[in-house]
Amino acid sequence: MESEPVEGMKNVKTAVARGSVLPKSPTGIQGLDQITGGGLPTGRPTLVCGSAGAGKTMLAIEFLVRGATEFGEPGVFMMFEENAAELTANVRSLGFDLDTLVAENKLRLDHVHIERSEIEETGDYDLEGLFIRIGYAIDSIGAKRVVLDTLEALFSGLPNHAILRAELRRLFRWLKDRGVTAIITGERGEHSLTRYGLEEYVADCVIVLDHRVVGQVSTRRLRVMKYRGSAHGTNEYPFLIGTSGISVLPITSISLDHGASNERVSSGIARLDEMFEKKGYYRGSSVLVTGTPGTGKTSLCAAFVDAACQRGERALWFVFEESASQLVRNMRSIGIDLQRWIDDGSLEIHASRPTLHGMEQHLLAMHDAILRAQPGVVAVDPISNLAFEANTADVKPVLMRLIDFLKQQQITGLFTSLTQGGTPAIEDSQLGVSSLMDTWLLLRNLEYNGERNRTLYVLKSRGMSHSNQVREFVMRDTGLDLIEAYAGNDRVLTGTARLVQEAQERVATQQRRLEHERRLRALTVKRKALEAQIAALQLEAEATGAEADSAVSQEASHAAAEKHDTRGFAGRRGGAARTTVSAIRTSARRKQ
Amino acid sequence: MDRKPKPTSEDAALGTTEQPQYELRLYVISSTPQSMRAVANIRRICEDHLAGRYALEVIDLAQHPYLAEGEQIIAAPTLVKKLPLPLRRFIGDLSKTDRVLLGLDLREA
Repeated sequence: MESEPVEGMKNVKTAVARGSVLPKSPTGIQGLDQITGGGLPTGRPTLVCGSAGAGKTMLAIEFLVRGATEFGEPGVFMMFEENAAELTANVRSLGFDLDTLVAENKLRLDHVHIERSEIEETGDYDLEGLFIRIGYAIDSIGAKRVVLDTLEALFSGLPNHAILRAELRRLFRWLKDRGVTAIITGERGEHSLTRYGLEEYVADCVIVLDHRVVGQVSTRRLRVMKYRGSAHGTNEYPFLIGTSGISVLPITSISLDHGASNERVSSGIARLDEMFEKKGYYRGSSVLVTGTPGTGKTSLCAAFVDAACQRGERALWFVFEESASQLVRNMRSIGIDLQRWIDDGSLEIHASRPTLHGMEQHLLAMHDAILRAQPGVVAVDPISNLAFEANTADVKPVLMRLIDFLKQQQITGLFTSLTQGGTPAIEDSQLGVSSLMDTWLLLRNLEYNGERNRTLYVLKSRGMSHSNQVREFVMRDTGLDLIEAYAGNDRVLTGTARLVQEAQERVATQQRRLEHERRLRALTVKRKALEAQIAALQLEAEATGAEADSAVSQEASHAAAEKHDTRGFAGRRGGAARTTVSAIRTSARRKQ
Repeated sequence: MDRKPKPTSEDAALGTTEQPQYELRLYVISSTPQSMRAVANIRRICEDHLAGRYALEVIDLAQHPYLAEGEQIIAAPTLVKKLPLPLRRFIGDLSKTDRVLLGLDLREA
């Protein structure tokens, strides 16, 4: 693994000890050390070339300032164009206080002023005076780093280029012998890297800066053209001169090795979380929300950041369509109060015009803001606007860098993308990034029955089971909600149609219940009638039984009386009497 | 800035002439052939053309490196004409006498 790039000061030192890898001096410039695998070649000159205003001087001065403040390496800045006061003023906006560094002997500034009109060539000479000057500056503070910005001024100041070229060759040799890590800047030439061909003297490392304007939007780019003895990123990397110096966006050099979290974060809508195993998105995942205008993308963002703030996380929201205060006002109408989170510092809304920078610069600005704020969630609304001017093909790699970066930081990202109306356009305006996303929500307006209703689908969600159903996405003044759309009779109904259908079903149910109750009542009545009948018959039966008993007992007493009479008459033998008595008893019996 | 070193030779001859006084400084590197030639050349020119009205300091940058920055020296040898104004720098070994004289305003063009 001899060619393995090294990162950071410690690794560089180990590498020196091993003697296997070219020793490197970290620049401290965000991203540049990643591209170069640890920094610029230690003890050797590096050529930084670019057109006017490309950022050569900024890069050079940051190299010295970081060296002096972060790596304990004092530096010498030999300037051939600006004077010390101008330079000090120019870099103050980057937060570099050169005066203090000079006072602390960590930095030495020397303005080499060459006035062509004052100079008369009178014979043979060399540039030993310059060597002595640089040497003295180095020795006075024990400098390890030197910047020469820009040597080309010598060419216009000194007429004899033959001597100058010979002396420059000697100068670079001499710088190497002194063992200082040097940056030499050079103006971009028409047919060569630098106007005077400085590249032929500096063979170790060449960095090209570029400042391009495409569609009225300018983007700075950096490329390591050559790095002898070291692997390096060869792409063009966009860079930004921001409030804290230069930052280069090198994220394509990062491999896909971010850890995957099992932790879940809420989407801010309980019913939406339900669609993802009732738990929400994975932490560190990327969520894409696409939809036509007015489908509720921004509201979904608001719910997402609101939920994050409620959990006590920090949230960043990049907006390209509305101002922060407009957004706060609008979200209040759906019951989300963002102002309190802005006030307590947990939410930052960065609103900017998409045309303010090129999209790479936008992403760099986001990058910076994210590193500064260390948020738990980031929302970008919408990414489609970033590609306003840019070629869509350029957008994907840059977005990929951002997404990778967020994943590395375990930040959950929500990106919205505007799709144009019309049915076949669902796949449009994803800028080819949907494959990078872990979860993709599609918001759609369903037009039916003279109204439009918002619906939400989960098109994909990696690594979790998720609902395949369409839901109706409802915004109320109390918040956002998802309602299960009516699914039946071979169609899905939303909005009024759903309400009508549900009302109809309610009526039908009601009727059925009433009918049922009526029937129950009728049956009860009938049963009760039958029971009454049964009771009456029962009584009659009992009465009949009683009569029968009394008849039996009467008959028995009659029989006994007759027997007695018969015995009495038989004693007397009076037939007439006997007949008279029995006739009387018979007629009495009949009367009963 | 540090004090100037003492002039090594050729003190000025003070006069009350109307002709301007010349103040010249020659910056050299110890003992390089170019420097030695330059010293010889400027002395000859001064004696020939500026006798009695010039002050010449010869300064060795190798011994006084801090002077290079203040005097904006990059080439060696460099002759600086401090007075009369305008300030002018002559780089090289001063072997092109014509040019030196022209630059010192000692010869009509």
